Amino acid sequence: MVKRIVVGAHYGLRDWIAQRATALFMVIFTVLFAAAALGLPEMTYQTWSGLFRNSLVRFFAFLFFLALFYHAWIGVRDIFMDYIKPVGVRLTLHLVTIFLLVGYAGWAAQILWRL
Amino acid sequence: MSKRTIQLKMYRYDPDKDDKPYMQDYTLELEPSDKKLLDALVRLKSKDDSLSFRRSCREGVCGSDAMNVNGKNRLACLTDIDSLPQPIVLRPLPGLPVIRDLIVDMTQFFKQYHSIKPYLINDAPAPERERLQSPEDREELNGLYECILCACCSTSCPSFWWNPDKFVGPAGLLAAYRFLADTRDEATSERLDNLEDPYRLFRCHTIMNCVDVCPKSLNPTRAIGKIKDMMVSRAV
Repeated sequence: MVKRIVVGAHYGLRDWIAQRATALFMVIFTVLFAAAALGLPEMTYQTWSGLFRNSLVRFFAFLFFLALFYHAWIGVRDIFMDYIKPVGVRLTLHLVTIFLLVGYAGWAAQILWRL
Repeated sequence: MSKRTIQLKMYRYDPDKDDKPYMQDYTLELEPSDKKLLDALVRLKSKDDSLSFRRSCREGVCGSDAMNVNGKNRLACLTDIDSLPQPIVLRPLPGLPVIRDLIVDMTQFFKQYHSIKPYLINDAPAPERERLQSPEDREELNGLYECILCACCSTSCPSFWWNPDKFVGPAGLLAAYRFLADTRDEATSERLDNLEDPYRLFRCHTIMNCVDVCPKSLNPTRAIGKIKDMMVSRAV
């Protein structure tokens, strides 16, 4: 490959919006969930897991984790784009990050539906 | 009026003579007429003519004498000597290759500026007199056209430091929005296509160093936000 500066990937807007949308969702969920958790009559494992027996809470908690991982993907990718110059190393790090985050998402589902 | 003395610490580098850059201390006696940092530099050069820096209009219009003063990018001609704590530490603009002393190679900066096509694109036949704008449409160009391309903003931007070859930088993006906002320009879509890129536009992480340093008090971050707004309204 000739050594030339290549730009023009024509993406970025969707990720930029997604980063803001996921941040907003996480803030709203965190506030509502904190209110619900602090409103529990007592803080025991039973009341805590009782909170997650409501399938709506479970669903939104899972969405929260998906939002978190997507948000993290964009942020971590940005860091790699800024600081990791060799393309091969950057691609490897991108793949490792994606595999990790997809794994975390599966793990989060498993934890949530086991509570 | 009594004469004032100031202490300066200056970045020196002459690639023909020096192995590496070093800082040189100066003590300089000022005349009462010396108000701005550029006055002090011109006086210093009359004593040590090996010292190199760019200057031209000496009134904040040409943008030649941008430099890093006490850690912040400024124009020497607009900076009051009395407003600066001493010793006044002078370095070249960060992130660009140094040619000599305070003179940097701005090729990369201007390459990015040229990449956004900083001129009006309108293939319609020229009208008999001029392409008119309403006062409201003209209003939109305020805060954009005043840029003097001194490079204070782009060279204070960490995103530009890491990717000067790919990220357009605040100065270039301010100019890009200047033409996107111009109702006489017909290449809006091509301009947005040119910028819709993870490197060219989306390296901006709203750090806002550009706004902090702009000697003309312009706001590149706001212009970049407006480019993103245009992209969103085009996409959704």
